[in-house]
Amino acid sequence: MQLVLEKRAERSNTIALISPLIAIVLTIVTMVVLFAILGKNPLLALHAYFIAPLTDSYSLQEIAVKATPLVMIAIGLSLCYLANAWNIGAEGQFLVGAVAGSWIAVKTQGTDAGVWVLPAMLVLAAAAGALYALIPAICKVKFGASEILTSLMLVYVADLFLDYLVRGPWRDPHGFNFPTTAEFDPVATVPLLIEGGRLHLGSIIALLVVAAVAILLGRTIKGFEIRVVGAAPRAARFGGFNSNQLIILTFAVSGALAGLAGIIEVAGPVGHLQPGISPGYGFTAIIVAFLGRLNPLGILIAGLFLALTFIGGEQAQIAMKIPLDVTKVFQGILLFYVLACDSLILYRFKLVFPNRQVARGAG
Amino acid sequence: MRKSLLALAAGLLLAGSVSAASAADKLKVGFIYLGPIGDLGWTYQHDLARQALVKELGDKIETTYLENVPEGPDAERAIEQLVRAGNKLIFTTSFGYMDPTLKVAKKYPNVHFEHSTGYKRDKNMSTYSAKWYQGRYIQGLIAAKMSKSGVLGYIGSFPIPEVVSGINATILAAQTINPNIKVKIIWANTWFDPGKEADAAKALIDQGADVIMQHTDSPAAMQIASERGKLAFGQDSEMIKFGPKTQLTSILDTWGPYYIARVKAELDGTWKSEDTWGGLDSHMFAMAPYTNMPDDVKKIAEDAQAAITAGKLHPFKCPVVGQDGKEVECKGGANLADGQILGMNFYVKGIDDKLPGK
Repeated sequence: MQLVLEKRAERSNTIALISPLIAIVLTIVTMVVLFAILGKNPLLALHAYFIAPLTDSYSLQEIAVKATPLVMIAIGLSLCYLANAWNIGAEGQFLVGAVAGSWIAVKTQGTDAGVWVLPAMLVLAAAAGALYALIPAICKVKFGASEILTSLMLVYVADLFLDYLVRGPWRDPHGFNFPTTAEFDPVATVPLLIEGGRLHLGSIIALLVVAAVAILLGRTIKGFEIRVVGAAPRAARFGGFNSNQLIILTFAVSGALAGLAGIIEVAGPVGHLQPGISPGYGFTAIIVAFLGRLNPLGILIAGLFLALTFIGGEQAQIAMKIPLDVTKVFQGILLFYVLACDSLILYRFKLVFPNRQVARGAG
Repeated sequence: MRKSLLALAAGLLLAGSVSAASAADKLKVGFIYLGPIGDLGWTYQHDLARQALVKELGDKIETTYLENVPEGPDAERAIEQLVRAGNKLIFTTSFGYMDPTLKVAKKYPNVHFEHSTGYKRDKNMSTYSAKWYQGRYIQGLIAAKMSKSGVLGYIGSFPIPEVVSGINATILAAQTINPNIKVKIIWANTWFDPGKEADAAKALIDQGADVIMQHTDSPAAMQIASERGKLAFGQDSEMIKFGPKTQLTSILDTWGPYYIARVKAELDGTWKSEDTWGGLDSHMFAMAPYTNMPDDVKKIAEDAQAAITAGKLHPFKCPVVGQDGKEVECKGGANLADGQILGMNFYVKGIDDKLPGK
């Protein structure tokens, strides 16, 4: 007797809906076991992770702040992935957007420039992110270069470029040679939504982006095109859809959104340009995109959920002295289960009883 | 309508935020760490100091730490989380936490903050650091004596003043022994990345360096030097177990006494914002035992250590000549002023390399 995976005749929509839930339940079960092994009370630990952060406004704000760049980047990536274009370099597009927007902030510093500064920074950041994402897209379309490799490698280029700027030309002249620009002027800073809090305008922008992409995918021909090219490339070709054009478009949009997220992070919570402005947002957003099933609303929920695990992880560290590594293990396990459960959408388990006579005959 | 809804939401959020204050009998002391506590370098030493603190005052205080906090947008939140958990004195132990610490300090005037290696202060925010360049000077003497090739290998983290002044102190010392000493510098652009640090050590040895010194935090370079039969200096912590035949000495960060003094001040109600920059004389750092060297070299090191501790020897005694051959303005009388060392942005003569960003 043997347990095998058998391909389903058609994808199971029921499983597609409940598979993330199964994954979360399995993750929680695994975590309970892990907490028990660590000698921590699993219920208290789960409370610190998932419930405590939801019970006060401060943590709720922090969750929104943390989720903002993740959601914005992941939304863009989902368009790429739906169209079968594999943009792995959102981290680089995020950094380039941050750099481009900061350019205006640095150049207008202390000049009494008007309220146009912040909008200009946002626009320039989005444009720069889009252009940076077009490099791998064009290399893919024109030369057939793997966009996975080129987009990934451009992350390091962006990282080092930022590094160069803040150590050299843009370094704060009063900063003792430390690698950072001066603090941005108030006109170059993303406004806070709540006095004394940390929630900023970027979170609203992220929500608008989610809504816009939901409409694009659900209600427009372009959205239909993206989904068809990804799901059925041959059918799309017969339908006259141009997949190369879509690669260019989706890369540009996702680059623009990553760049926008970059400048919002720099001009918002950070307040100046420095190395290390991204703790890997561009890569974590890939997880968010898939966790959200490449669906705008799903991505919003997934981004908030992942942010919750970060905030909860810190609170668990403080309240229960649970090491940070456990939070990382948790995120890894979650992704593992999500991918594992997804295989059930197209496959199902089946018990197979091998035919012994045939086996003997063959031997 | 919309405005009033927003106001209502804001009101609810604010009302919620007051509820978190907790009343504890013990003083809560928080720590923010850059690396994992097991990095065996920078963070490890801060945590050893925290443990010493608990040993000394454990009946009066409760400590909490957050490790692996990146020096970016997450730092402010991490610090604020500690405040909200009721910590009244918070040590933020890396330069990059400077602005986030300042922001949180302004928001919570009744909480006291201690920021390590920065230069911004406030009524409730002190800074503390150590004059490691003194230790680097002693290492420079040893290195010049022990090097057969006359080439030293130096793994830099970031070209910030603390690191640059360390390189300069090393070379100024080495030149007193061997005027033609050479130094090869590799910038790892990280504080902690064992892989990169090991690669840097290999490259330096391949370029002829036979004494490796580092301003990064892991013992990886020590291990490589050990494998290749070269000599090396540890960093931050005792690394002799990674190179029993390799380590000459190591600059040991000894934050314990400072932490204990500051927490005692907090308990007594005498804490006030200060700028502490301590050297060998005030035990902000210590030198690991001088090992793997002949007695005459050991004596040179010990004499230099005694002279620096007694204030008789200053690594940046004027005249200091810059890389461009010009004498550096001497703002501190007989020596460079503290401000010049804290903002050091140039190489001294004899370093055949270009300072990044210059």
